[in-house]
Amino acid sequence: MAKLKNLLTDPMNLNNPITIQVLGICSALAITVKLEPAVVMSISVLFVMAMANVIISLLRNTIPTRIRIIVQLVVIAFLVIIVDQVLKAFLYDVSKQLSVFVGLIITNCIIMGRLEAFALGNKPFPAFLDGLGNSAGYGVILIAVAFIRELLGFGTIWGFKVIPQPVYDFGYSDNGLMILPPMALIVVGVIIWIQRSKTKELIEN
Amino acid sequence: MNVQSNSYTFIYASVMVLIVAATLAFTATQLQPIQQANIEKEKKQNILTSVGIECSRDEAVDKYKEYITSTYVINSKGEAIDGEAFNIKLAEENRKEIEERQLPIYKCNKDGKNFYIIPVRGKGLWGPIWGYIALEGDYSTIFGIVFDHKAETPGLGAEIATGWFQAPFKGKKIFDEAGKLVSIVIAKGGADPNSLHEVDAISGGTITCKKLEKTLFESLIPYESYFKKNNK
Repeated sequence: MAKLKNLLTDPMNLNNPITIQVLGICSALAITVKLEPAVVMSISVLFVMAMANVIISLLRNTIPTRIRIIVQLVVIAFLVIIVDQVLKAFLYDVSKQLSVFVGLIITNCIIMGRLEAFALGNKPFPAFLDGLGNSAGYGVILIAVAFIRELLGFGTIWGFKVIPQPVYDFGYSDNGLMILPPMALIVVGVIIWIQRSKTKELIEN
Repeated sequence: MNVQSNSYTFIYASVMVLIVAATLAFTATQLQPIQQANIEKEKKQNILTSVGIECSRDEAVDKYKEYITSTYVINSKGEAIDGEAFNIKLAEENRKEIEERQLPIYKCNKDGKNFYIIPVRGKGLWGPIWGYIALEGDYSTIFGIVFDHKAETPGLGAEIATGWFQAPFKGKKIFDEAGKLVSIVIAKGGADPNSLHEVDAISGGTITCKKLEKTLFESLIPYESYFKKNNK
């Protein structure tokens, strides 16, 4: 049981896909300008990763080794297209905001990495938990970065103004640099820095 | 069974592709009507926004029926031709020669006044930009305007889709006093407050603004003779 629980908790901290393995950075830069797309992206990735892990795990003994990467890609692409179509039909505004980035979930290295490293060698239930854990670890960082960037870049959270007008009158202004991609990298860097200095296991001599 | 044999690998790949293709084709056809409806609703919403009627996407269908009294299609000589204005795809029309284009006009009646809404479309910095201009009865004064874009830079070029950028267009004229089509100049460094043909550009969004200016001018040219004919 402890091992199963670790599948969920490890990726949140000690084995976080973004801050420790430094995977999936591309989407972390692109869609963390505002909170809402970041949350939808996290949910989409959660769905794709958990489902893909289960499907690959179920098929793992039937997949010919030579085409296993192709099979993984087909499964991921299949799920991503479904997500994209559903968003376009039922969450039109969000799908407009995410635009090409939904399609780019296909190239999210975290998903391929988990399929190759975990789902191919484990039973469906652990694979499912592993998918949930890793996408949650990805989502947490995404949402944290988006929170900081939206707050400092626009003065809003989820589109609502949170920095009061008097602060602006006093001379404060939103930081336009925050909404540009390089700042996402710097914010992720700061998160890695904090995480590494707080977590004993990660301190290298 | 030998999972690694060539024939197994081929059959495996073929069957997998067939299953995936069939499922995706089914999903796409099932969802397509809903997606199409979303796109049409949004178009109606945009058209209405240009005349200052704010409504949600779902309300747009009814409001569109209420306010848009007629639509027609003209050619660049200003003559009415056959066609359904709402179904015209501007992206395709823009690839044709000006003489061959079908040009839609939406006539709107709001508070007893008639407005004429024409669509504009062109290239932005990263992708297409488009919008709707609502003109008053003189076919020159802008009553309202709305822009949208596919992929302009958030916070910079993408600001063309926001109210503060669009509001100053109201009251500007696309024809000068001599009756020449001048369109609207998006002036970098601030518009001349006395000019009827200039609005402020966006700091940091210069390229998008330049492209938008070009889009406006090029979209208005084909309508020029129609506007002149009808405004006597």
